[in-house]
Amino acid sequence: MTKRMFVKGNEAVCWGALAAQCKCYFGYPITPQNDIPEFMSKELPKRGGVFVQAESEIAAANMLLGAVASGVRAMTSSSSPGISLKQEAISYMAGSELPGVIVNMNRGGPGLGDIGPSQGDYFQATKGGGHGDYRLLVLAPGTVQEAYDLTIEAFNLAFKYRNPVMILGDAILGQMKEPITPKDPVIDDSEVHNWCLDGAQNRPSRIIKSLYLEDGALAAHNLKLAKKYEQMAQEEVRFEEFLTNDAELIVVAYGSIGRIVKTTIRKLRQAGHKVGLLRPISLFPFPKEILLSLAKAGKKFLTIEHNLGQMVEDVQLAICKFATTDFYGHLPGNLPTPNDFEQPILNSLEK
Amino acid sequence: MSKYVDVIIAGFGGQGVMLIGNLLAYAAMEQGLNVTYIPVYGPEMRGGTANCTVVIGEEEIGSPIIFNPLSLIAMNRPSLDKFQPRVQDNGVLILNSSLVEPSLAEKNRLKAYAIPVNELADKLGNLRLANMVALGAYVQATGIVPLQAVKNALPNVISSHYAHLIPDNAKALQTGYDYAQNQGTV
Amino acid sequence: MKEKIVFPKPKVLADSPMHYCPGCQHGTAHKLVAQTLEELNLVEKSICIGSIGCSVFIYNYLLVDTVEAPHGRAPAVATGVKRAKPDKIVFTYQGDGDLASIGLAEIVHCANRGELVTVIFVNNTVYGMTGGQMAPTTMVGQKTTTCPGGRCREREGEPLKMAEMIASLGGTAYAARVAVNNIKNLKKAQKAIANAFKVQVDKLGFGFVEILATCPTNWKMTPLQANKRIEQEMIPYFPLGEFKNCLGENQ
Repeated sequence: MTKRMFVKGNEAVCWGALAAQCKCYFGYPITPQNDIPEFMSKELPKRGGVFVQAESEIAAANMLLGAVASGVRAMTSSSSPGISLKQEAISYMAGSELPGVIVNMNRGGPGLGDIGPSQGDYFQATKGGGHGDYRLLVLAPGTVQEAYDLTIEAFNLAFKYRNPVMILGDAILGQMKEPITPKDPVIDDSEVHNWCLDGAQNRPSRIIKSLYLEDGALAAHNLKLAKKYEQMAQEEVRFEEFLTNDAELIVVAYGSIGRIVKTTIRKLRQAGHKVGLLRPISLFPFPKEILLSLAKAGKKFLTIEHNLGQMVEDVQLAICKFATTDFYGHLPGNLPTPNDFEQPILNSLEK
Repeated sequence: MSKYVDVIIAGFGGQGVMLIGNLLAYAAMEQGLNVTYIPVYGPEMRGGTANCTVVIGEEEIGSPIIFNPLSLIAMNRPSLDKFQPRVQDNGVLILNSSLVEPSLAEKNRLKAYAIPVNELADKLGNLRLANMVALGAYVQATGIVPLQAVKNALPNVISSHYAHLIPDNAKALQTGYDYAQNQGTV
Repeated sequence: MKEKIVFPKPKVLADSPMHYCPGCQHGTAHKLVAQTLEELNLVEKSICIGSIGCSVFIYNYLLVDTVEAPHGRAPAVATGVKRAKPDKIVFTYQGDGDLASIGLAEIVHCANRGELVTVIFVNNTVYGMTGGQMAPTTMVGQKTTTCPGGRCREREGEPLKMAEMIASLGGTAYAARVAVNNIKNLKKAQKAIANAFKVQVDKLGFGFVEILATCPTNWKMTPLQANKRIEQEMIPYFPLGEFKNCLGENQ
């Protein structure tokens, strides 16, 4: 067995990026993700990679755009206010079909908010935080090992679909430590030379752009993007089911909240309550099918988030013909503990 | 019942509570257990309160954050006041009796150990080893990992800058372990 | 009579008519860049960063690998490309709204880091593509659609002198301002652009050329009047010349 490493979630993202052969990192300091630029500034140059502390999150995201346009695996990271600034470049990357990886260690908002954990950026991440008709692939790790694994996946998926991918964590995941088992993933970038910019030598020049002014061109382009999103929905849905089979009530929660709720569920199970957990791991594409089948099986639902209700809309949409979901929102400021979710779960069970 | 323990380790910033949390977690990992560690800092960079939670278990760990822990290492009075009422009945309390009156321990409800960690560390010649004394006592009180595993983990959590202090840290762990074994609960 | 081509078009320029207005000097600037790339034998290793403005379609005319940058961000995108592919020749082509207004942070920091990229900056004192609004380089007194009474020093400040600003930064290896309003200036412009690429090739630092250019449409002038304005109004405020040249130090 490979020796396990004991690392923070932020560091696990970095190790994952290195394992996925990330060659360039562009960032700007913001709490609670500073471990990422600090780690990358130390480790990337040792491996022949490039670290740039950009003048702003805007610039960092555009450096990412440039690096991936040249076919190189690259990443940026930030936390909520900084992610807002990156949205311009994210929209351009989606429009230009560029495989950037963006990490958001979600903190409280709106505005400057706080530096504690939050899931207030769910809408921004999954509904297209920038302008235009596009989607990000959004992966939400719940454990440090997942932060590592999903970062590797993020690079592979970004290049598979030529679409930006976001890792959506939070201040809990970023700061907590857990053992991870490193991997040596197979990286297949054999298609990259077909589209990347590396100088028009013995071939016509290439253009990477998002501007389509000719009659019908943008429509065709948007349809092409939509096909990718459909393919993602077919192939990239990820979730964890925990004790759902005999459950009367399904709690739907993602990321850190998902794992905290798991402890609550274990305790309630010991007291004989039939509760289960559905933890979406891919937030886009959203695990609609499994939710629908659980709804058809007559389950009750409770969505728990670290915000005042965002993913709950997707849950409700997925199950709308057969069930309605209750909602419990944990407020920012206090770290959520398993105790916080006991009563809300019992309330929903009793309904 | 599979092996499981969780602990809140709390004190002033600078008492080294994060370091012993890391050390305990690392030792548990090396024992093949699942483990989580999460730090909670006050808003100050220096001199404020600090605490961390370590969860250790054979099964997959859900929450890394625990409201009612099975055990507590309280390095100062504010930590005891804040967290003791939340410790589960029959839980373990390691109390720094150099700074906190031992009679404040809820000894009817908890397995409370009063360890004068500052004095014991001082006798070893370095007051800053107090955290290791406390962890040694904790390891004795809970038996969650062998003391040797904790000693073995020292080089992995102590920065190379302080590597020369590793033998002293190991001694401090042993001191706390022995003290808890000899004195028992209050 | 036998025809003889005495003035060939650079091959890297597409054989298609440009969309630029009559009298616009973007075409001239494109051609100077194209000539330079060919003369320095850089075409096959060049990556162009397009920007937002009238020159957004540069990729239709200049047949090198091109990526489109968001408004003002070309120097950041160029940084990403160059850092990822240090053996390529990377350049941006930006207008005055793009570079000197929304993209001021990006251009200053790109230059200050001494990124080994070349920036071609076309200053025509107005936002062209959006219909003639005030730019950061609009002259005091110049009327635009958003300063209909003329740019006012007290209200809008003075036009930014980018070449001088960029020359003052430590990472800059070459900074010059040129014009293409007559043959003499055109030749100097050609040389300046070559120098701005040479400092990249020689890894000396950041290369920058500001080209004073006409916009007859938005200036509401004939091409001839516009060309005269370059000489009479712009050059006195935006002096031509090299403000920094590290090639000289090395030669």
